Amino acid sequence: MTDWRKVLERVDEYRWELPVTYKAGMLVPARVYADEALLDVLLEEQALEQVANVAMLPGIVWRSLAMPDIHWGYGFPIGGVAAMRVADGVISPGGVGFDINCGTRILKTNLTYDEVAPRMVELVNQLFRDVPAGLGGKGPLTLDDAELDQVMLRGSSWMVEQGYGWPDDIEVTESRGALAGADPGAVSARARLRGHSQLGTLGAGNHFLEVQALDEVYDRQVADAFGLGEPGQVLIFFHCGSRGFGHQVCQDYLDVMETASTRYGISLPDKQLACAPINSDEGRSYIGAMNAAANYAWANRQYIAYWVRRSFAKVFDRSAEEMGMHMLYDVAHNIAKIEKHVFEGNEIEVCVHRKGATRAFPAGHPEVPERYRSVGQPVLIPGDMGRYSFLCVGLEQAMHETWGSTCHGAGRIRSRHEAKRVLKGVDVARRLAEAGIIVRAHNRSALAEEASEAYKDVANVVSVLDSAGIARRVARMRPLGVIKG
Amino acid sequence: MGSFEVFEHTADAGVIAEGRTLPEVFVEAAKGMYSLMVSLPTVRPDLRREVDAEGNDLEHLLTNWLLELLMLTETEGLVFSEFHVSIADGKLHGVAGGESLDEARHDPQAVVKGVTRHLLSVEPADGGYRARVIFDL
Repeated sequence: MTDWRKVLERVDEYRWELPVTYKAGMLVPARVYADEALLDVLLEEQALEQVANVAMLPGIVWRSLAMPDIHWGYGFPIGGVAAMRVADGVISPGGVGFDINCGTRILKTNLTYDEVAPRMVELVNQLFRDVPAGLGGKGPLTLDDAELDQVMLRGSSWMVEQGYGWPDDIEVTESRGALAGADPGAVSARARLRGHSQLGTLGAGNHFLEVQALDEVYDRQVADAFGLGEPGQVLIFFHCGSRGFGHQVCQDYLDVMETASTRYGISLPDKQLACAPINSDEGRSYIGAMNAAANYAWANRQYIAYWVRRSFAKVFDRSAEEMGMHMLYDVAHNIAKIEKHVFEGNEIEVCVHRKGATRAFPAGHPEVPERYRSVGQPVLIPGDMGRYSFLCVGLEQAMHETWGSTCHGAGRIRSRHEAKRVLKGVDVARRLAEAGIIVRAHNRSALAEEASEAYKDVANVVSVLDSAGIARRVARMRPLGVIKG
Repeated sequence: MGSFEVFEHTADAGVIAEGRTLPEVFVEAAKGMYSLMVSLPTVRPDLRREVDAEGNDLEHLLTNWLLELLMLTETEGLVFSEFHVSIADGKLHGVAGGESLDEARHDPQAVVKGVTRHLLSVEPADGGYRARVIFDL
C-alpha cells in the first residue's frame, strides 16, 4: 500500500499534487482538492491510484483532477475530472460512468414549510406513487421507436412539446436539455429495449427525490438571482439519470472500446479505462450514443418534474403555476463534453470527462442561462437524506483550474454492508421520522446503506471548494420528505 | 457443488463464485448477483427463461450471461433463484427459474444496474474455477 502522505506534495491548504514522476506512464500530474481532514478519509482507499491511472490516458491536458468527494470507482475514480485534447486525445465510457448524464434538478415553490409540513405524509405518498423507483420500476409512458428517436435527439424539448413541462424549463437546463450530435443509429437494439418504458423513473441506489426546505442562505445576492426566498421556502430536489438505457450504452461501448484500445495501440493499466481516439470511428460512435443517452436522461428528469408538479397540484388542490413551481436548474454530473477552454493563453478544444463532477461555469459564461449570467451557473450538490444539500455557484477560478467543474455530492465513506453493520438494530425510517423527515422506500431494509453514517459530511466537501475559490456556497437545504428506490 | 461469496467495493458490491466446472461457476455467479437484489430462498422457480450468450473470452462470456439475466429482470420484472448452464464452443446456453418480483415477499435489497469489468476474472483454482465480478449498484 502506498504511503500517500509521502508521495503527495502540498500546494496550499486545499490543494495537493501527485507528481508526474509518481508512476511511469503518467503524462501530467494529478491534483486533489481536500483539506487535511478529508485527505485522511480519501487516502484510506486506493482512489488516488485511479487518479494517477487517468493521468496516463493519451491527450490529457493540465492535470488529472480529484474532487474532495472522490472515491474508488471502476477504472476512473468517482469524483474525477479529466480533459483530453480533441486533436489527439481519447474518450472513454469509463470516464463518464454507467449512468450517463446522471444529474440533479431543483424545482422551486412559493410554499412554506409551515404550509407543507402538516401534509407531508400525504405528499410523500403521492410522490411515491407518481414517481416509480426501485427494481424494475416501469414508467407511465411507453415509447415507440420513433418517439424514442425524438427523445434521443431532442431530450427535454421534445418532452415539453408533448406537454410534459413548461417552455421555461428548457432555459434553465444545462445545454438546454439536449446535446447536439446525438446519433440514434449508434444505439443498440438492447439499449432501446431497456429505454422504451423507463422515462419518469428514479432508479435505485443513491438516487432520490426529496421535498426540502431552504434552511440557510449564505449569499443573498446570488440567492435572489436564483429566485430563492426566505428560509422555510419549500423546494424539490431530485437525482437520477438515463436508467437502463444509459447503462446499456455504456456496457455496449465498453466492448467496442476494449477492441479499439488494442487496435489503436493504447496501453491501459486497467480494462475499465478502455478508450478510443476522439477522432476515430469508435470515438465518434460513442459520442453519438452517449449524447443520445444524455438527452434521454434530460427527458427523464423533465418527465419526473411533470409528475412532481402533478403530485403537488393533487395534494394541495392548486395548480403548479399558482404554487410557483418553476425550475431553478438541472445539471449533469456523469458526462463527457467537447468544450472550448483557454489553456496557457490559447483557446483549445477539449473533451472534458466529468465523472461524479458537476459543471460550475462562472458569471459571464455564454453557457450560463441569461437570467443567471451576472452571477454564475447554479451548482446542485446533494448531501445525504438525514442532513442537508447545498446550492452553490460557479466561480472564475474553476475555469483556470478544473475546466469549470466542482464536486457532485458527499462521497461514500462506508460500504453498504458496513453501513448496515453500524446501524444494526436501528430503524432508519423511524429515526428520520423522529427528526421530522418522512421517508418512503421500496426497499426499507436497504435504507441503512443510504443513511448519514454511509457518507462524508457534504458541508466539509462544499467548504473545501468554496475556500479554494472553485464554487461558492449560496444556500443550504434540509430534507422534509424523501423518496428512495 | 459450487458456492459464492459476496464482497464489498466502496459504493458497490461483487461476488466471488467457485465451482468444479465452468458451468457451476457461472451458476454460482448468477445466484450471487440475485442474492444482492433479493432474498434468494424466497424466490420460487415457477417461471423459466432460456438465455444464450457469447463472448470473446471467459470473462466476456460471464459478463454477457449476467447481463442477459439483468435484461429479463429489467424488461419483464422477473427475479431468479435457479440456474442451469451449459457451455460448448465458447457459447453459453442457460435456463433461469424465477418469478415476478414481489416486494412484500422477496425482501428487495440493492438493485444491480450493471456488470463492470473492474477486477473481473475467471480463472482455474483449487482443481476447479473461480470467478470474480463487481456490479454497479
